[in-house]
Order: sequence, then C-alpha cells, then structure tokens
Amino acid sequence: MATDKKLCLSGRGVTKVFGIGRQKLTAVDHVDFDFHEGEIISIVGESGSGKTTLAKMLLGLISSSEGEIYFQGQKRDIRSGRKRQEYWKNIQAIFQDPFSAYNTFHKIDTVLLDCIRMRGGKHLPQARKVELMEEACGFVNLKYAELTHKYPFELSGGQMQRLMIARIFLLKPKILVADEPTSMIDACSRATILDYLMKLRDETGMTLIFITHDIGLAYYVSDTVYIMERGRFVEHGSADSVILRPREPYTRRLISDVPKIHEPWDLSTVVFA
Amino acid sequence: MGHTIRQIFRSGKFVVGFTILMSVLLVLVVYPWWVPDPPLQILGQGTFFPPGIYVSAYDASNAPVLYTLNLRDAADKRIESRLSQEDRLAMQEWLVADGLPESAIDLADTDALLALWEEHYEPDRRLPGMTFARMRYYQRVDAGLDSLRSAGGGEILAARNPETGELEETGMVKLTDYANISQVANVRILPLGTDNFGRDVLTQLVAATGVSLLIGFVAGLIATAIGLTLGLLAGYIGGWVDDIIMFFTNLFTVIPTFVLLILISFSIGQDQRGAITIAVVIGFTSWVWTTRSVRSQVFSLRNRDHVNLSKLSGHSLPRIIVADILPYIASYVVMALILQISSGILAEAGLSILGLGPRTTEVPTLGLMMNWAMIYQAHVLGNWWAYLPVLLTIALISFSMNLMNTGLDQVFNPALRD
Repeated sequence: MATDKKLCLSGRGVTKVFGIGRQKLTAVDHVDFDFHEGEIISIVGESGSGKTTLAKMLLGLISSSEGEIYFQGQKRDIRSGRKRQEYWKNIQAIFQDPFSAYNTFHKIDTVLLDCIRMRGGKHLPQARKVELMEEACGFVNLKYAELTHKYPFELSGGQMQRLMIARIFLLKPKILVADEPTSMIDACSRATILDYLMKLRDETGMTLIFITHDIGLAYYVSDTVYIMERGRFVEHGSADSVILRPREPYTRRLISDVPKIHEPWDLSTVVFA
Repeated sequence: MGHTIRQIFRSGKFVVGFTILMSVLLVLVVYPWWVPDPPLQILGQGTFFPPGIYVSAYDASNAPVLYTLNLRDAADKRIESRLSQEDRLAMQEWLVADGLPESAIDLADTDALLALWEEHYEPDRRLPGMTFARMRYYQRVDAGLDSLRSAGGGEILAARNPETGELEETGMVKLTDYANISQVANVRILPLGTDNFGRDVLTQLVAATGVSLLIGFVAGLIATAIGLTLGLLAGYIGGWVDDIIMFFTNLFTVIPTFVLLILISFSIGQDQRGAITIAVVIGFTSWVWTTRSVRSQVFSLRNRDHVNLSKLSGHSLPRIIVADILPYIASYVVMALILQISSGILAEAGLSILGLGPRTTEVPTLGLMMNWAMIYQAHVLGNWWAYLPVLLTIALISFSMNLMNTGLDQVFNPALRD
C-alpha cells in the first residue's frame, strides 16, 4: 500500500443529501477517504449505494451538502467558474454510458479539439492539431481518418468508450474518475477498454479512481479498494486484504456474487430476492 | 440538419399543414396583383351586398353592340325573378279569400298562378278585413305584372335635355336585347360581397389574414424568445435565479392572461394601438407556459453526461446552454413557437371582438372584421359572407399550424413514431 506517497484527493465527512423533508435521501453519508498519487483506487458497491454521487462530488459536478474535499492537501475551492475550469484540468472522467456521454450534434473532431484547446493548444497550427488527434486515436487503436466528420452515434459503444480514453490521453489529467466504464459494453470489448485504461494509467502515472459494482474487476485492477454500502464506506484497505480477508458480511456477499465459470452453480446459495 | 428536415417532410400531417399554410401565404402574395384596391376602400353605398358579379346597368344598356337573342323562356324567367315568394303567398291569400280551395293553387307553377290571378283579381274590390295599405299593395303587384306582360316592345331610354329640361328619347332596349358581359365596361366581381361599410369583403379578408399572421408571428416570436431565455436560465442555473424567475412566472400564471391582455390593451388606448403594438402586448403576456415547459426540459437535460462532459471540457456557461442544451430542445421550441403563433392569432381575434384590438382606421385584422360583423349584426341579418369566411380563415390557419405541430411531434417524439 502506497502510504508514503503524497495525498492527492481526500475527504472528511463528505455528505450528499437529495430532497428535503420526507423525500430526504442521503446518497452519501459522511464518508472519509484518502486517495494517494499514482494509486488505482476502486470504489465497489451495489447500484444505489452512492458511488456515482460520490464520483460527481469528486469531479465537482455537484456540490456536497456537508464535509470538505481536499485536493493535493489544500481545501478544494471551485466556487468560481474560472477555478472550476482550472480544477478540471487536473481531474477528468469517463462515464458509464458512452451513448449519452456525447453531444449528438457535434462531430467527433469537436470532442478531441476541445481537449487540445483545454491543454492550451488553441492556437496550434491545424496540422499539429491533426497530428495530436491522430496520436490519441492511435493510442486506442482507432483510425482518425475514419472518424473525422463522423458523429458519435455512428460509432459502436466500444469505439465510443475508446474515444473517451483518447480524450483522456489528450488531456493527461492528474486524476481520472472512471465511473463503471465497462458496464455498458459487451464482454468482448470490456477487456480491451480495461487494457487501454491500464496502459494509459501506466504511461501517465495518474491516479485512477475506478468505480464498479464488480468486485472481481476491482481486485483485478486496483491497489486500494473501498467498499460502499448505502452511502457509507464499510471497509477499505489494500485489494488483497479486503478481498482475501473480508471483515464485513456485505463485502463477503459482493465477493460471492462474482460468478465462477469453472465451478458448477450451487443453487442453494443463490438467493432469489 | 438536412436529415431532420427530410424526416419532417416525410410526415404526412406536417406536409398537409405546411401546404395549407403556404397556400394561404401564396394567396396573400398573389391576390393584390389581381385586385390592387386598398382593403379599406368603401365601394358600395349601403350595407352587406350579397356575393356575386355586379354588372353596371348603365354600361350594359349602353354596350357597343346589343345582340338579339330569342330565348323561349325569357319572359317566364323575368316574371319569376320579379315575383317574389312573398308576392306569391299574398296572391294565394287573395285567391283563397275569393273562394278558391287552397289545394287548387300551386305556388311554384308561375303560369297557372298568373292565369288564376287574371281570372279572379279585381283591383277595386276590398276583401273583408283588408286594410287600405294591403289593397294598395295588391294593386302594385298587379300593376307590376301588367307592365311586365305589356312591355312587348321593350323600354325607352330617355335623357333629360339640359336646356329644355324635357325628357328626350335616346334609345330603346328591347326584351330580346342582350349585352355580352365581356363588352360591358364595368363589371365587378365581389366573391364575398361587401361588409357593413360597403367594402369588398374578400380584399379585406386577404389583407386581414396577412396582418393577423404578422401579429401572430411577432407575438409568437416575442413570447418564445422571453419564454426560452427565462426557461433556459431558470432550468440550467437553478438556485436563486430559478427562484426569482419562477416567482414571476407563477405570478403571471395565476393572473388570467386574457384579463391582463384586456387591461393592458385598454390602458394603451385606441389611438395608440397599432397592429404591432397589439402583437407586442400579446407576446409579453403569453410567455409563461413556454418558460415553464422549457425550464422542466432543461432540468432533465442539465445532469446528462454530455453536459457534464462539456463542463469537464472547460466550456463556459453560455456556451453549454447554447451548444449542449439548446439543440436538444430546439425541436420542442419550434413546436412551442408554432403554437404561440397560432394562439397569438386567436388572442388578437378575441381582443378585437371585444373592441380592444388594433385601431380600426389603418389595417383590417381577422378580429376586427369579426368585430364589425358583430356590431352591425351580420349574424342576425343572415349576412353570412361578412363573418363566415373570417371564421373559416382563422380555423384554417389554426388547423394547419396544429397539424404541423402534430406532425413535428410525431417526428421528434420517439414514443409517437409509427
């Protein structure tokens, strides 16, 4: 566990409450966390456990109801638009559903050019921009020449998610929040996406916050695992300690839910809820 | 964009609505070439001339060539057209009083009726209970019939000699004389007759449709522009901006729009109310529901991932609203605009009927025409041409726009696609 590394993103008592009165729903309930630079952190939990809400708070897309988030040891200040834009140069995201993540009215070029502009390359010569875009597409094994002038909805889900990684490749943020990046993708493309994500992480050394409901996947990719249940972190630690020696019954249940192809199903353990 | 337009024009309902609206616009453009008269010019002395072709009696009798046509039923037709249903009933009344059974009299058979009349009528006889005026009436009817029958040769045209003041014969119109209508100098077709002021209804209707469409368009544009701007700001920014905008929107929702419209129109005063002023007033009172619905649409859009991605790409708030929100509600806004135009036209008609429309001296509007027809009791007098075409035009425009909207809805709303 990389405790000697510098703190990158941490939170104390971070809470998000939606609605008021009887409709009140506490999506994230006083969570504390310390994410270190260069780590791969998995946040694992069921649907509705508050993972995505937490991710949006980390990204600064929604504000927290309570608690503080610290970025590189400093209290995060994203109150003004300028500060938010500065923050987003450091933290980026890959969303769950590639089909809804793109503006369907903009061509793929626009998406990539936005990234170049954000990295301060607005006034680069056109040829250099194309070169950068080609490089980014090449990284995820897409052909820029085929994509240019196409619309996002003309691509497959896997291609769109790869394009999302190409975007991150261009932006090179310090932190990447990947919110279930493979859950909407078919099983064959899933491994490819993960491979590109890991390759990108290895090349840039960025902190990767990986959000998933699949504890098997979390074990496969991460250094540190946070288990989330109903808005709270019930258990966290190194991937090995959490998954091989789970303390919480919830964690054990998550582990037992991972299907094992090589073993026959024991129907007595399957709970039909 | 091109793809969307192609899809829209594949919708039957939209195409029908669009065609109707375009035909109306085409008529607006073409008609003034055909009848260049100003729409409010007073042509007729008198009110509510029925629709028809008006031939100058003077020019017809003085046509360069008069043709002789011997038509077998000319005399009968002449008598038939002179002898009104009222006269026939009066004749029947006389004959029955004279002792004839009612069943023996056929009102439709002019020849038989005249024969019976000839046989039984005595001008000096006063039937029991008959007033003197009634007696005089029968004498007039009888004299009219006599003159029709006796004018075998025709009628003498005469003019007064300016020096002597005597009538002098200038010509003779025989019963068999016919003028060719194309040789008559003055013929005016009034397809929808004239209104209470003696103005050509059709010319007025065409001009009024144009003005009303303009009013609807301006009102719709203003309402949609206000509604869209407020809705986008309230929906996207949220928080206190939303609170303030919704406070005013709710305030306007609670006050009945039409009452507000009446009060504003009234306080502006008749002299200040031009067509555009009315359009602006309508626009400023009807933005409310556009705001509310745009706001709720934006609400559901603002947390979509593509908006988040745009934020993460460092785009500014105006740019996100314009590039990431607006295109997604554009189809909805177009539909709202069409509905606003259509309801703007109806609002103007409603206002004008109450006498709070544009001032009456410059341009006609559909509402003003209805107002005039109502004030001069066209509906009571049975002068359908003064109001029915106006009603149909309003209905047609409304119908075409709503049809276009339904068509657009089918294209843009996936749940309605077949």
